[in-house]
Amino acid sequence: MAGTAVRGRLNWIGSEVTEVTQETENVRTITLDCPGWPGHRPGQHVDVRLTAPDGYQAQRSYSIASAPAGEQVTLTVEQLEDGEVSTYLAGELRVGDMIELRGPIGGYFVWEPSTGGPVMLIAGGSGVVPLMAMLRARKAAASDVPMRLLYSSRSWDRVIYRDELDALGADPGVAVRHTITGAAPPGWSGYARRIDRDMLAESAWPVDRRPLVYVCGPTGLVEAASQAMVELGHDPMRIRTERFGPTGGTP
Amino acid sequence: MTAPLHLDGNALGGVLIDIFGHEMTDTEGTCLDCGAVHQFGALIAYIAAPGHVLRCPSCSAVLLVIVVEPDGYHVTVESLQAPGV
Repeated sequence: MAGTAVRGRLNWIGSEVTEVTQETENVRTITLDCPGWPGHRPGQHVDVRLTAPDGYQAQRSYSIASAPAGEQVTLTVEQLEDGEVSTYLAGELRVGDMIELRGPIGGYFVWEPSTGGPVMLIAGGSGVVPLMAMLRARKAAASDVPMRLLYSSRSWDRVIYRDELDALGADPGVAVRHTITGAAPPGWSGYARRIDRDMLAESAWPVDRRPLVYVCGPTGLVEAASQAMVELGHDPMRIRTERFGPTGGTP
Repeated sequence: MTAPLHLDGNALGGVLIDIFGHEMTDTEGTCLDCGAVHQFGALIAYIAAPGHVLRCPSCSAVLLVIVVEPDGYHVTVESLQAPGV
């Protein structure tokens, strides 16, 4: 993997919300115009900072959902129960509002077309967001690196980017498979359980293809899936993980 | 109340840049307890106020402790060897 350029400390950028899209009931995509944005690599994230009128500040990290595109940065935010920041970003934020963000952050959980493949993407819930940036970058670059996505969601209603993933899967170099862990829709013929070794044996690249593997989602899923890939014989050095979870903390 | 699950070094990416002045998640660190080499993004992270702990994913040894104080970050390097650390 190419080295990361040495850069100074990150500056907060006042960014304007230019577009808001509801993805699912509690997930929203926010497009931001970030003056001076240096560009980013798929898989990287930003820190977002909110300041209340009384000066109280809260900060969280969100993966960048978009492929690099000038000064535009897109985030997809899931509203967490009791989420201090996510409730604002996924619920109240409006076009024209300003938020502060800094980035891009990350040098380990990144992929770009020059990294090569084949690539295996394994997502749980909102863990699909940084992997979507990788799929979008692949398309924007007209890359022919083969990519497979296995995406676990609690219900079909909760699948983020449903239609776009359908369209991406029509590309011969991309395969998207879903598994639903809760109630499956009528007529569902896809996987209907948590990701396990048998599912990965069927849906992931064979070991001899030496895929680069990116796993992102809740800690339990990430650890189970990456462990299963190692048990199947995949090289642990070619598996990269990013665990998602609340960082707000309780007193 | 159950304790929140751990995350990983990616979640401390911004903090690590604050402390070390550049991207650290792809820096390789060696665990001095078990000898395993992992990139910082792969380290197990316990995010807590006011202190964060990074542990070796192979043997759970404490590698780095980061305490957030009003005057800045107080960093303790434990069983870790890494360039620039």
